[in-house]
Parts: sequence; C-alpha cells; structure tokens
Amino acid sequence: MFGKLTIEALPLYSPIAAGGAAVTVGGALLVAIVLTYLKAWKYLWTDWLTSVDHKRIGIMYVVLALIMLLRGFVDALMMRAQQAMALNSGGYLPPEHFDQIFSSHGTIMIFFMAMPFMTGLMNVIVPLQIGTRDVAFPWLNAVSLWLSAAGAALVMVSLVIGKFSTAGWTGYPPYSGIEYNPGVGVDYWIWAILISGVGSTMSGINFIVTILKRRAPGMTLMRMTPFVWTALVASVLMAFAFPAITVACGLLALDRLAGMHFFTNAHGGNMMNYVNLFWIWGHPEVYILILPAFGIFSEVVSTFSRKRLFGYESLVYATAAIGILSFTVWLHHFFTMGSSANVNAFFGVMTMIIAVPTGVKVFNWLLTMYRGRIEFHPSMMWSIGFIVTFVIGGMTGVLLAIPPADFLMHNTTFLVAHFHNMIIPGVLFGYLAGYMYWFPKAFGFAFHRGWGLGAFWCWIIGFYLAFMPLYLLGLKGMPRRMETYNDPTWQPYLLVAASGALVVLCGIGCMVMQLYVSIRDRAKTRDLTGDPFDGRTLEWSTSSPPPPYNFAVIPTVGDREAFLEMKEKGIAYRRPAAYEPIRIPSNTPIGVILGAFGFVLGFAMVWHIWWLVLASGLVLFAAVIVRSSNDDQEFTMSAAEVKAIEDQRYRQLGSRS
Amino acid sequence: MIDPKGPIALAERNLLFDAFCVMMIVVVPVIVLTLWFAWRYRASNTKAVYAPTWANSVKIDALTWLIPAVIVIAVAVLLWRATHRLDPYRPLESKEPPIDVQVVAQDWKWLFIYPEQGIAVVNQLVFPAGRPVSLRITSDTVMNSFYVPQLAGQIYAMAGMQTRLQMLADQPGTFVGRNSQYSGGGYSQQHFEVKAMNQADFDAWVARAKQGGTRLDATTYPALAAQSRANPITYYSTVEPKLFDSIIDKYRHSGHAHSAPVRR
Repeated sequence: MFGKLTIEALPLYSPIAAGGAAVTVGGALLVAIVLTYLKAWKYLWTDWLTSVDHKRIGIMYVVLALIMLLRGFVDALMMRAQQAMALNSGGYLPPEHFDQIFSSHGTIMIFFMAMPFMTGLMNVIVPLQIGTRDVAFPWLNAVSLWLSAAGAALVMVSLVIGKFSTAGWTGYPPYSGIEYNPGVGVDYWIWAILISGVGSTMSGINFIVTILKRRAPGMTLMRMTPFVWTALVASVLMAFAFPAITVACGLLALDRLAGMHFFTNAHGGNMMNYVNLFWIWGHPEVYILILPAFGIFSEVVSTFSRKRLFGYESLVYATAAIGILSFTVWLHHFFTMGSSANVNAFFGVMTMIIAVPTGVKVFNWLLTMYRGRIEFHPSMMWSIGFIVTFVIGGMTGVLLAIPPADFLMHNTTFLVAHFHNMIIPGVLFGYLAGYMYWFPKAFGFAFHRGWGLGAFWCWIIGFYLAFMPLYLLGLKGMPRRMETYNDPTWQPYLLVAASGALVVLCGIGCMVMQLYVSIRDRAKTRDLTGDPFDGRTLEWSTSSPPPPYNFAVIPTVGDREAFLEMKEKGIAYRRPAAYEPIRIPSNTPIGVILGAFGFVLGFAMVWHIWWLVLASGLVLFAAVIVRSSNDDQEFTMSAAEVKAIEDQRYRQLGSRS
Repeated sequence: MIDPKGPIALAERNLLFDAFCVMMIVVVPVIVLTLWFAWRYRASNTKAVYAPTWANSVKIDALTWLIPAVIVIAVAVLLWRATHRLDPYRPLESKEPPIDVQVVAQDWKWLFIYPEQGIAVVNQLVFPAGRPVSLRITSDTVMNSFYVPQLAGQIYAMAGMQTRLQMLADQPGTFVGRNSQYSGGGYSQQHFEVKAMNQADFDAWVARAKQGGTRLDATTYPALAAQSRANPITYYSTVEPKLFDSIIDKYRHSGHAHSAPVRR
C-alpha cells in the first residue's frame, strides 16, 4: 500500500534531525494558522495561487526563493558550526548528517533559491521592459512556477519523511547508484530536479518567445535593455542546457529503479558519462544564473550613476559570446579525471577565453560610473560590492582553469571558496540589487534603504570572513566536505569562516527587518508616480504596482532608454484620446493542480508507491487535457474599466505635482 | 600555504603563483578604479565632471576587449605548455629508476601494492626520496580522488579504470595523503601516511614488511575490501601477482565486453 514508506521514515533517530522536521512542520502550520486567522485563504487562492499574471507569478517565485534562501542558509550555518568544532571529534552533528546538509545546501541554493529568484525577477520585469501585457504563454508560466515549487516541496519533505541525498548537489555515480546508496535520499534529489527541471525548460522557451515576439513597436533587438538581453541569452541556455540534466537524472533514476547500468561500476556502466552530461548542463547553468544578474547590474549602475550605459553594443556581444562559450568549457569541472593533456589544455584555454567578454563587462560598468553622479542606493552598493569581489573570484577561476594548478586545488575548499565567490557576489548580489531596485515597482511603496544598506554591509563583510579563510585552507590542502578532521592548524581558519556565517546571518536579519519596516510604513511611502528613481526604461513608465494589463496603450519605442527619451521629449505620461478594451488571460487553478500532483507523483516515485504514481500521473494527464479543451481562456476588460483605472493613476500623478 | 616537497607539486604551485601575478595586472586596477570612481563621482561631489550621455568610444571599447584578451593569451600560452609538461601520465625524467606502486581506493582506506617488492600496505605509502614514483590508480568502490598536496596533486580513482600520477620527494619526510572526493561515511578519516626515506631505510622497510607472513590474494582480499573506517597501517608480506589487474578486470568483464578503452 505505501511502498517503502513506513513509520521508520520519521526522523526520530536524532534530536537534530527531529528538530529540523519540527521546524519545517511548525513553519507550515504557522503559515496556515496565520492565513486562517486573517481569513486570507480565498484571497490567496483567487488572487495569487490561480493567477497567470506574470507580475504575480514573478512575486511568488521570489517568495519561494527567499524561503529557500533561509533554509539553504540554515544548512550553511550548520556546516560552518560543525567544521568549526569537529577537530578530532565528531562535532555536534549525528554521523552521516553532515553529508545530507551539504547535499541539500547546494541543491537548494542552485535549484530552489537562485533559479526561482532569477525566473521571478525575469517574470516581473521583462514584459514591462519590452512594453507588453504578459508573457507569450501565461498559463505555461504558471505551470513552470508550480513545478518549481513542487520540486522545492520535495526537498523540504525529505526533512520530515525519510532522508535527503548524501551524494552532494552533483550526485556523482556510482556513489549515488543503488548499490552504494540504497535509501530514498538520492531519489528525493532526482525527482526534485527532474520535476523542477521541466519547469525551467518551459520557462526558457516561454521567455525566448516572449522576448522575440512580444516587444513593443520600435523596440528593435538593439534597443532592448541589457536585462532583457541577458534574460534572452539565459533563456536560450535554459532551453538547451536543461535537457542534459534531465537526461542524466533520468538515466540515474533508471539505474536505481530498473536495475539498468548506465553509470554503475560494472556491466558496462560508466560514471564518466554522467559527469560529462551533468556538467554539459552545469556550466551553462552558471551563466543562466549570472547573465541576468549582469543585466541587473547594468540597469542599476546606469540608473544610479545617472548616466547612459557605456558600450551597450560591446555588452550585448559579450553577453552573446558568453552564452555560446558556456557550452564549450564543461570539462574544466573534472580535469582530474585523466583526460589527455591536449583535451585538458583545450578546455582550460576555452575557459580563459570566457574571461575576455566577462572582463569587457566589468570595464563597461566601470566606465558607466566614470563621470556619473553616483547615488548610493542599496542596489548600487550591491553592484559596487559585486565588481570589487567578483574580480577576485574571476581571478581564482582563471587559476583553477590551469589544469596542473587544478590538480593541486581541485576538490579543496579553494574550489568551494571560488564558486561561492562567483555565486554570492555575482549571482545573489545581482538578484538582491534587482529585488531592492524593483520592489517599489512590484508593490507600490518604498523599500527601506537603511535596512537594505545594513543587509549589504553584513553580507559583504560576512562573505569575506567566511570565504577568504577557505581559500587559504584550500591552499593548505583541506578537501571539501569533511565532517571531521585531524589537522589542528585548520581550526582557526574554520572559526573565522564560522564567524563570517554569523555576520551573514545579521544580513539576513536586516533583510527581514527591511521587509517588516517597509510594509509597516507603506501608507507613508507610496510610490505615486511609478518612477521613484528617475528611471530610463519602460517599466518605470507605468504605475507601481502596474495595472493587470501593464500598459493601457502599448508604448512606441524610439530609443534604448525608451522612457528617459519620452520624459525628455515631454511625451511621457501623455493621455490617449480614448481607451480600448483589453483582453486579459483568465485565472486558472490548473497550474497549481499540476504542481500539487507533480509533487505527489515525485513523492510516490521516491517511495515506490506505484498505485499513487499511476493515479497522480492520470490526474496530471487529465488536467492538461481539460485545460487544452478550454477555448475560453481570456476575458475582456472594457474600455470603461481601463479608463477608471487610468483616471485613478492620473489623479495620483496629479496629486504629486 | 602548500609547502611543496617535490618537483611536481612545486611546479604546480609556481604555476599558480605565476598566473596569480599576471592576473594582478588587471585585478588590482579594477578594484582601485571601482572604489575611486564610486568616491570621485558620488552625487554630492558636484565639482566632478558629469557627462550623462557619454556612452561610446571606439578606442576605449577596443581597449576593453584587448586588455583582457592580451592577458588571457599570455596565461593561455603558460597553460598549454604547463599542461603538457605536467601531464600526470608522463613519466618523470630522472637518473634514478622509477618505483612502481599500484593504488586501490577502497571504502574507506587506501591499498598500496608494490609489484616489484611483492608487498602491500594499507594506508601507508613509502618510497625512496629522490626516486620518481609512478602510480597506477584504480578504485574498488565509488569514485575517489587520490590526493597528496605536498608532492603530487591529485587524480580520480575509478572502478574498472586506471589513472596515473607521478611524484617525487626531494628529501626524506612524512606527508599526508587523502581522498578528496566524497565517498560516504568514512570519507573524513580516509587519509594515509606518505613517507619518503633514503634508499637504505626503504630497503629495510621492505624487508620488515616481508616478515609479517600475511598474504593478500583472492581469498583474503574481499575481507580487506569490505567497508571499514580509520584502518591502522597494515602490511601484507606477499601479494598475489596481477591482483591489481584483477581488481580492474572484475568490473570490465562482468557479462559485457563493451567497456570503454582504458588510457594506460
């Protein structure tokens, strides 16, 4: 009846595991109680969960990302605490717990923090910046969101029922194979990635079509904002790279479920094929995450330097070059596998070549600041902190790209420090810059600056404290993923690293306070104009938050900085003679239903509950059929309704002047 | 910092330092310029030049591509040469004859087989200082990475396959070797002692190891290969010839003959 699932799956074997489960269940219960107390279930369902509005979907993506950031960060704190204590001792964690934590930390931060954060920001902003009313496939967009949420939910459930993978976020076989890992942990990992991966692939396709087909008149490719450009290239990479990890995980699942031998030690299996497939996705994935962050930095640096972006064409070509080159470097993740010197040298050189377009981008941001009038908004601080820190990570990346140097540093904490040095300042700082920059646009009130600056300083100081010691430890030869160690000279470095994690904790505290204070004071800090930062691009031309249709009249674009040009020509905010009725996609519960049953399907696959696999598969199939048979997927907002909303908007604009 | 005690690790570390210095040519100016521009062009400094529409310059654009390109070309030349020179499959040039050691990664320990001496040791790798050590490495479990930071760097150990690594210690000394690829519960304790001795001490060590009277062969091997943690150093005075090859071959001839060719 319940497959492999028994009462033994509850984490009662250790107080720490049980505590993690209790926090997860308690957190979910608390949210449910608050929602019930506020009688907000209906509002949540009709206005959010069933919404196909790109702005709401984007916000839900970001909420998912922030929740998962908390979870992933708790994992990080626990690891730093363990390593700080575990000199010649077991530390405080029960045996075989540390490996689950480093596995879930990486999996969550990449798949369920960074990916949703990026997709969320793209969702909120890309349609606004290209002057359209929604993405090309609004319902598909909702399905992507709910499949991502289903994957995240599988990872969270593994805290309560069963265990998570111990095979690291990369899940290398044969260790992740059934022979060496007979439990359910790896299956949780596989199904979380397979289900959310489908969502990411569809997001990629959705945004490629949206950006290529739905731009406002006059917005040629070379008038697109840098964020839209990077979103386009990242979407292309998503559509082409994600199938590789889907295949890799799918074959691994077949090894585990059906006794096949794609990646096993014996019977013709070859783990090297998995490693290649994984990184054929994995390296483009780094650029999927970082390119949109580069786009955000470009927007932010230009806006807060009050200056046109320097070298736009260079930036566009650099973005495209990075997109193509990202598929040619995957082998640098395993120079130590024994490839010939020619192969290693080729991939090493290709890796360095990527440093050229990346370097171009850094110079372009610098030259945008040059002769500007720089305002130190938190988003600008994230950008400056990023440039300074990122060049250090880029340098250590070039060092690791030299195969013989990599023989020395591979799999050490030097490597750990390097990729955190790319992903925290590069990716996360970029997203946080975008989050603080576009928050007023999404919600219609200011985001508190003081707490935002506090978050920035804690994060960047914490980052240096946490990761510079890991560089040094790597140079001393400390491998990654050590639960215990016997070299007393390592401990001081690990203590400093742990203190860095605590400083980052303060940064997260500032982010929580920023949300609290901003929401509390929202009545006083309303953004009446929709343009709080004297913006340059189209998202600032509409109200904050934008109406369901984004633009009452689709704008005509005459410049790269479309809105700035309109303001300079005095044609911004001009009222049309008359409004026209607007077709808007209707809400539908089918997206959230697909997510829910996608989750059930994954859970049933993990525990081998075959009847439930079949049942949830049938529900998924039926839901898609029902949706596809529905020809009435839009409603019309009448010209009078549009006029009423727009009148309200112009009253606000008037009250300001 | 890594304190190399042999030519391979030293060359690898020097490469790291050389590339680091070349990179500093661009890293330091970028950091300084970022902070300087941020301060100089702060909004409150109205004395600074403000050029809100200056956004193009062919010359500067060309420079932004050229500067990184020149540095990358310089490092790429360094990389290409070094990668071939330090190919771990390439035997070291030395007047001394190399000593062969076969390495087997197990859960969670390392087995070292000395084919010429006919002995085997668990968790200890001993060899004469000044003589090249030629390692052939495989795994009898999941993927491991054989790593001796001060002497050799690292290379993966994979079942059914053989990888190679060269090392040489300039002087007698004791070093640490590890697995650096997570392999399960005993991973953290899966380290071994690396000892470089002078030739006479090495010969004496071999002679001592031969006295134990324990034999490693097809019947005693499975007990050793079974999972165990924090194993003490253990000597086998005789080893079945071809044991190492049979550990590789058992994964290659198990029903299918389609395994990939091995780079030996």
